[in-house]
Order: sequence, then C-alpha cells, then structure tokens
Amino acid sequence: MTDAETGSSGIEMINVTKRFPGLSAPAVDDVTLTFPGGEIVVLLGPSGSGKTTTMRLINRLEEPTSGKIVVAGRDALSLDPTELRRHIGYVIQDAGLFPHMTVAANIGLVPKMLKWDKQRISDRVDELLDLVDLPPATFRDRYPRALSGGQRQRVGVARALAADPPVLLMDEPFGALDPLTREHLQDSLLALQERLRKTIVFVTHDIDEALKIGDRIAVLDKGSRIAQYGTPQEILLNPADDYVEQFLGGTSAMRLLTFGRVADVPLEQVVSARPGDDAAELRATLREDGRCGVVLEDGDRPRRWITADELTGVTGPVGERGSPTAPPIRAHDTLQRALEALIQVDRDRVPVVSASGAYRGTVTLATVQAAVRGMRDEADA
Amino acid sequence: MTAPVAERQREGLHAPTARSWRTLLQPAIILAAGLAWMVYIETSSLDSIESRVLAPGYVATKTWEHVQLTLVSTLLVLAIAVPLGVALSRRWARRAAPVVLAFANIGQSAPAIGVVVLLAVLWGVGFWTAIVALVAYGVLPALRNTMVGLRQVDPSLTDAARGIGMPPVTVLRRVELPLAAPVILAGIRTTLVLMVGTASIASFINGGGLGDLVTTGVTTQRTPVLLTGCVLIALLALLIDWLGGVAARLLAPKGL
Repeated sequence: MTDAETGSSGIEMINVTKRFPGLSAPAVDDVTLTFPGGEIVVLLGPSGSGKTTTMRLINRLEEPTSGKIVVAGRDALSLDPTELRRHIGYVIQDAGLFPHMTVAANIGLVPKMLKWDKQRISDRVDELLDLVDLPPATFRDRYPRALSGGQRQRVGVARALAADPPVLLMDEPFGALDPLTREHLQDSLLALQERLRKTIVFVTHDIDEALKIGDRIAVLDKGSRIAQYGTPQEILLNPADDYVEQFLGGTSAMRLLTFGRVADVPLEQVVSARPGDDAAELRATLREDGRCGVVLEDGDRPRRWITADELTGVTGPVGERGSPTAPPIRAHDTLQRALEALIQVDRDRVPVVSASGAYRGTVTLATVQAAVRGMRDEADA
Repeated sequence: MTAPVAERQREGLHAPTARSWRTLLQPAIILAAGLAWMVYIETSSLDSIESRVLAPGYVATKTWEHVQLTLVSTLLVLAIAVPLGVALSRRWARRAAPVVLAFANIGQSAPAIGVVVLLAVLWGVGFWTAIVALVAYGVLPALRNTMVGLRQVDPSLTDAARGIGMPPVTVLRRVELPLAAPVILAGIRTTLVLMVGTASIASFINGGGLGDLVTTGVTTQRTPVLLTGCVLIALLALLIDWLGGVAARLLAPKGL
C-alpha cells in the first residue's frame, strides 16, 4: 500500500517477525498488516496469540527480529526508541498511572519531556481532563489512589493523548473494569475518536468489545497468524476459517443484529386509524386485511392495536377501543434491540417510531429474519 | 460528598506527624532520661577514677565520637549499598546479584568483633579501621533493602514509563527510586540503629566512642561507668531510630 492509501498517520508492518531467546516458535511470525490512518484496528485473539507482542513491536517495547515497521510515514526502526514512543500514545490495563504523582503530573509527563513551558502544560492538562469528562478543578491535584478504576483509565487515556500523538496503542485498556464502567468507557472512546480521528491499535480478547470498538478487526491465531482481517460485518458474515468461526462462538447472527438499524430494513405496514374514524368502516378494512391495525393519537403516536373482532357491533367512532401497544422502538435502534422487544411482548409485532415519536411502521420476527438473510446475501454477492 | 471526607481521614492517618507535639514527645523523653541519668551520676559519690571518666566534658567527647562513628559509617554504607543495589537490579547485572549478596552476607555474618580485631592487625588501630569494619558489617541490610525495594516496583509501571518515552535513567529516577523509597529508607533506618550499637566495639581498637566507657567500666570494675556507657548507647540508638523514622516519613513520596 502506498502512503496515500494508509493516510499520513497510518501504521504498516511488513514481514515482521519476533523471536524470544530460548523459544523455538516465534511469538510473531512474519506478520504483514496495515493500520489505516484515523481508524481503530482491533487485534483480537486468545491469550498467547501474540497480540500484545505484535502491538508492542510498534512502539519498540519489543524489538523485532526482522521486518519493517512504518509509523506515520517514518521508518520506526531507524528512530531513537524513546523519541518514537513520545509520539505514540500508550494505554495499558489498570492505566499504569504513577502513584506518587498527581493526576496533573501524570498527564503532563510527556509534554514535560518534550520541553513544553509550564503554562502550556498546565493548559493542556485542563483541556485533556475536560476531554475525558473529569472536571479539572476536582481531579488535577488528586493522587491516583483516590480515583476509581474507571477514572484512572480516563486519566490513562488523557496521558496518552497529552502530546497529541497521531497514533494510540491500547493494550486491553478496559480489561480490569466492571462491565458497566467498561461499556461506558467504550462509548466515551468512540465519542472521542469521532472528534480526534487517531490511528488506534486496540488489543483485546473480548469479541464483543472488538465488534463494538473496531473499524477493522484482525483475528489472530498462535504466532500472530492473521486468521482474518476485515470489518466486523465481514468477519461475522464470512468467517475465513474454522478458527475464526470457533472464536465467534456460533452466535454471529445475534451479533450481526447489532450492526443493522431498524431504519435500514423494510418495515411492515398495517392499517392505521384515528379515534375519530368510523368503526364499521375500519372493521371492514381490517376484516379484508386479516391483521390487526394500529390506532394513532396526538401527533401520529401509536397507542393501541385494534382487531376487527373488537369492533364487532360498534357504531360511530372507534374511540378508546383496542389493546395498548408495547413501548415503541425507534428507527435508529439496532435490530438486536428490535428482537429484544419482540421477544418480550405478547403480540407478534412492535411499532416503530421516528425520532420525533411519529409512527413509521411495525417490525415482526419475519422482518428481522429477512434483514439477516439480506446481509448474508449481500456478503455473498 | 462522602468520598472527600473519607479521603481526608485517610490522609490524616498517613500524613507525616512531624508538626504534632506527639512526635516531639519521644525525643524529649529520651533527652530528659539522658540528662536525668547524668545529673544522678554527677551528684552521687564518685571515687577518683569514676569522677575522671565520668566528667561531663569527657562523656560529651565520647558521645560525639560515637555519633561520628555512626554517621560516617552509615554514610559510607549508603554510598556503597544504594548504587550497588541499583546496579544489581538492572537487567544486565541480574546474574551478578547472588555473588555480591554472598559477599555482603559474609560481611554481616562474620562476628564484628573478630573483623575489627583482624583489621586492626592488618592496618593498625584507629578511627578509620573501625569505620571499615562497621561498613563491612552494615552493607548487607541496606543493599538488600535497596534491591528488594526496586524489585517490588510494579513491572507494569516501569513498562508504562518506557512506553510513554522515558529514557532508562529517567525511569530509574522518576519512577523506580521514588516507588522503592519507603523500603530503601527503612533499610537506612535499620543501618543507622545497627551502626549505633556496633560502633561500641570501636573502643577495642582505640577508635573512640561510648564503648570506651563500657570497657573502662568493665576493666576497672566501676559499675557507674559501665552503666553510663550502656545507658547512653541505648538512648542514642533510640534517638537515632526516631530521627530515621521522621526522615523516612518526610522523604517518602506522597500518594503511596
């Protein structure tokens, strides 16, 4: 790939091998991998697959035995390693904050080594604390001991971003956090990335984390053999081999649903009515249609399901008849969310509304099935 | 806001208490005890030998000699043990560590009194020969604490330090040594107390110190002289241990 394709901030590893002395099998065996600029690439694999070693080769915490590594357009192996590392952010599990330095001192370490003046460092520290949602006034003078695990990891990310490096290496950064905090930090990272567009190499063994975080995922096998490299959808739809399939754990269809939006699938339309409509007329229409209808009130909000049987013998307007619908799902919800809603209701359909709450149609199990089939067909084509 | 309150309470438990009167109570009691003992001795009936050896000026000189022996030997021990401990904890020196530790072990396990006499035979008597013997005796605890202190630094922290671009010397100075400081300082305190006690043997080779009072007391069978030597050595050890404790608290990095 040329520089133009990877972007100026991308990373390239070309035929990189790492052998540890005394071990016959190389930890990283002839790996060639391109990390496009501005994207999050996840190195996913079980422990012992060499994913961390592969990442550590990039900032030369491990020296490659052979091969070539280009970081942001520069040959990493010809640079001074400490100089190289100051321009690559590094985040590890448990954040690796220095306990004897305040939050501000921890974040200011790299700028200080780069000889920024005091005022500029102090301004930058406040800016970064704001960026990771920690109010500077409260947090800058605290010691890491006085922070929760999630707060520590936020400071860890702020420290890595201090000198505004184009590249960020993250080694299982959220591995030691509880599920709730982890989820929250993943969302924060994605929001941050939306604004910063860094080239991020993210190591994890958690498949769900990889699917959520990654623009691309490299699934690694022993010796860092790249079993598959592609977008999350590609990997879910077309596992390259048995190993990848095994790693996905046979629930790839369920996971695929997180990538589809309700808005992207054809919704099923049913007869819609208003409380003021004539009951007899509606009954005839519903009888002909054979399905239930939906009653909309104030601003097209779906309120009740209505069947022909419920209108038998009624004259005049429809009024308050029918049974209340389940809470509607929104068009931008994932298909997984739609399935979740479908399983929980006693009807075979759930109403879908737009962001403003206006009725758009309904989803059924058949809608979800058709969507998954559609994604697979698209991948096969 | 419960967290800041809990935090403040925790700070209170660990904060150096140098400013509070309780810290100064201990040295005050030690000094008062020393003074009381001296007043008691000087006012009791002494024979000519006793009154000569227990004259305030003479006792003060001997005490000062003892302090000198202690401080000089401790400083030399630190000058040897801390850099050696740092060097031995580097990756390239890992293999040399057991050998050096074996030598330090010999220094500590050989009876100090034997070493001091042996050295006197080789180099003659005096202050500096005593210092050499004391140093040989005291290197091990300081060396071992330095190595243990550096070894217990969380490897993920040194890894993070390298990962953000600290050169090896900075990793040592800004991360490893500060984090090892509590253990190293504890080693220094141990060395100081060890040196106060052991410095008594300097009197056998004319090295001075409060040991002179003890030996004089024994050879002339004058119990007040013997007791004065013992009491002052003990009080000096307590006082120096207190100083070491205060120093350890003040010098240890915050946040640990």
